[in-house]
Amino acid sequence: MTTTYMARAIADALNEAMAEDPSVMVIGEDVELSTIGATKGLVERFGQNRVRNSPISEATVVGACVGAAACGVRPVMDLMFSSFFYVALDQVANQAARLRYMSGGQVELPLVLFTGTGPSGSAAAQHSENPHPLLMSLSGVKVVFPSTPADARALLVESVRDPNPVVFLLDLMLAGSKGEISDPPHRVPLGKGVIRRVGTDVTVVAIGSAVPQSLEAAEVLANEGVAVEVIDPRTLVPLDDELIESSVRRTGRLVVADPARATCGAAAEIITRVVDRCWMDLRSAPVRVAWEDVPIPYAPALESHVTLTADKIAAAIRAAVA
Amino acid sequence: MGTEGHRAGTVCAEAFGDSYEASDEHGLDLQLFARMCRIRAFEESLKRLFAKGQLPGFVHLYIGEEAIAVGANSVLRQDDKITSTHRGHGHLIAKGADVRLMMAEIMGRVTGYCKGKGGSMHIAEYAIGILGANGIVGGGIPIATGSALADSYFGRDSVTVAFFGDGASNQGVLHEAMNLASVWRLPVVFLCENNGYTEWMRTEDITAGQIADRGRAFGLECATVDGNDVHAVRQAATAATELARAGGGPSLIEAVTYRIPAHNEGEEVFSGKYRPDEEIAHWRERDPILLHRQRILAHEAPAAPVLEAIEEHQRALVEEAVAFALASEHPEPASALEDLYADGAA
Repeated sequence: MTTTYMARAIADALNEAMAEDPSVMVIGEDVELSTIGATKGLVERFGQNRVRNSPISEATVVGACVGAAACGVRPVMDLMFSSFFYVALDQVANQAARLRYMSGGQVELPLVLFTGTGPSGSAAAQHSENPHPLLMSLSGVKVVFPSTPADARALLVESVRDPNPVVFLLDLMLAGSKGEISDPPHRVPLGKGVIRRVGTDVTVVAIGSAVPQSLEAAEVLANEGVAVEVIDPRTLVPLDDELIESSVRRTGRLVVADPARATCGAAAEIITRVVDRCWMDLRSAPVRVAWEDVPIPYAPALESHVTLTADKIAAAIRAAVA
Repeated sequence: MGTEGHRAGTVCAEAFGDSYEASDEHGLDLQLFARMCRIRAFEESLKRLFAKGQLPGFVHLYIGEEAIAVGANSVLRQDDKITSTHRGHGHLIAKGADVRLMMAEIMGRVTGYCKGKGGSMHIAEYAIGILGANGIVGGGIPIATGSALADSYFGRDSVTVAFFGDGASNQGVLHEAMNLASVWRLPVVFLCENNGYTEWMRTEDITAGQIADRGRAFGLECATVDGNDVHAVRQAATAATELARAGGGPSLIEAVTYRIPAHNEGEEVFSGKYRPDEEIAHWRERDPILLHRQRILAHEAPAAPVLEAIEEHQRALVEEAVAFALASEHPEPASALEDLYADGAA
C-alpha cells in the first residue's frame, strides 16, 4: 500500500496506459505544464508526438480526437474544466456519441475526454459545472466519476482501453485528496459500483465528492442509531443497477446524493429506476439531495448554500428514515 | 482500361467508372465522365423516388456539383480519407462507395451501409476511408483534421479531404481546424464547395470577403478554382494532396459551383422562388458533365457513342441499385437497440 494524491494517481494511470499502448496520445490545453498535475511529466517521458499542447479550440480538438480515434489513435484529451464541454458539445453529442451508432456499428472510437469537474471553491458558474446528467442522457458516451485515487487510477486505465468514447470526470473537490493504492494497483471494470460503508437502514447512492460527504453524514447518523449503507457507483454509464437495487432491497430506503442541479439529474434517474424495479421493497419515499436549480455562484456563502454538504446529506437521510 | 475499346469500335462501357487509373489521358477523361454520370444518375433517381414518396427521409442532391467530388477523389488512394456533408452522395460515390448499399441505406433497408440507422446524411464506409457524411454543417471538418492527425502520428503518407460547403465556411470549427492543422502541419485538404447558397440565403449576403482568403490567414496554401471543371478541380487537388503527402501541411481549395436542384427535395412547399431563372439557366449551360463531354468530343469526336454507352451503363447500375434496395428487408425494429457501444455495453 502507498498513499497517493488523486492527481498523482491520474498521472500514474496515464503513464501506465501510454507505456502499454503506443497508440495512446494525450492532447489538451497545457498538458505539458499540467495545472492540476494530472499530465505532469508525460511529455518528458513520451515526447511531443504523443503529448501535445493544443490551442483553446475545444470543439475542434474534441472532433480531432474523434477523427484520430476512428483512424487508429487512442486519444486522451484533457478539457481542464468540464464547463468547457458546452463549448465542444457538437463534437461530443453529435459526433463522438453518434458516429458508431449512425454507421450501423462500423467504427470503434476509443477516446477519453478527461476533465476536472464541479465546484472547486469560488470558481463561479462557468468553471464549476458537473455535466454528468447531460452526458448520461446522450447515449453513446460512457461516463466515469470516481471518488478515490485508487479507483481513479484503475478506471482511467480501463477508460483508455475501452473501445468507446469515455468521459472521465475528476471531481475538483477531490483533486487534492489522498488515498491508499495497493501494489500492484487494483483493477476496476467500468460499470461496477462499490459499497463504501455497510448499513442496514438506508441506502445512500453518492457520486464523486458526495461520497466522502455521505460517509461523514453516515458517521453522524450512526451516533443517532441509523445504520447507513453508502454506495459509490463509480461509473454512471454503464450504471451498476444491480448493486443499487440489491442494497435497496435490503434497506428499504434510498437517498441519492448528486452533485448536480436537481432537475433531470442523476438522482432523478437513479430514483426512477429504483422505483420502477424495487417499489414493493421501499419502506419510504426516496429522497434526492442535489444542488439548487441555479448556476453555481461565486461568494463562498452563496456557493455552499446551493451545493452539497455533509449536513444536507445527513438531513436527507433523516427525512428518509423518519 | 483505356481507349482501345472505342477505337476498335467495340465499346465496353462497363470498363469505365470503377477507377481513376487509365493508362492515358483520354481513358482518364472517360473515367471521370463515367463517375460524374453515376452520381448524376443516382441523384436523378433519388429525385424521382422522393417525388413518388418512396424515401422515408429527405435528400439534398448534388446535381451540378459532380466535378468537385470526382475531380478531388480522382487523385485519392484507397487509404486516403474523406469527410462529407449533408449533400454527400457525390463524395461517397466518387470515393468508391457501392451505390446499391447507398440506395438501400437511403431507403432505410437493413442491407444499407448503416443497416438503416444513418440514412442519406450519415452514410459511412470506414473501410474505404469514408469517415461519414455529416448532418451538422461543418461537423466533419474537425474529424478530418483528426484523421490527418492519426496519419501524421503514425507517419503514414495518406491524406484526408474535408468536403464542406460555403455555409460551413462561417462555422468556427473551420477556423479552429485550419489553425490546428497549420501548427501541426497535418495532411488535410479543406475543400469548400461554394455553390452560392447557404440553404435559402445568398452566401454573399452573409459571408465577408473571399472564402479562399480565410486560409491565408492561417498560412495555408489556398486556391480558388472553377468547381464545374473537373480538370481544374483535379489539378488543384493534385497540388494540395502532393503538398500534404510531402509533409507540407494543409491547403484550402474553394471550388466555385452552383446547386442546380433544391436545397432539399420538397423545399417548394415552403421556400417560394428564391433564385432568378436566368441564374439557374446560366449555370445549366455550365453543367460540369456537359462541359466535360464537350471537352472530350473536341479532342476525340468519335467518342460520342462511347459517352452515350457510358451514361447508359451508369444509369443501369443505379437502376440495379434501386431494385436491390426495393428488394431488401426493412430492419428488425429491435435492432434499433444495437450498435451503440463497441463492447455491447448498455
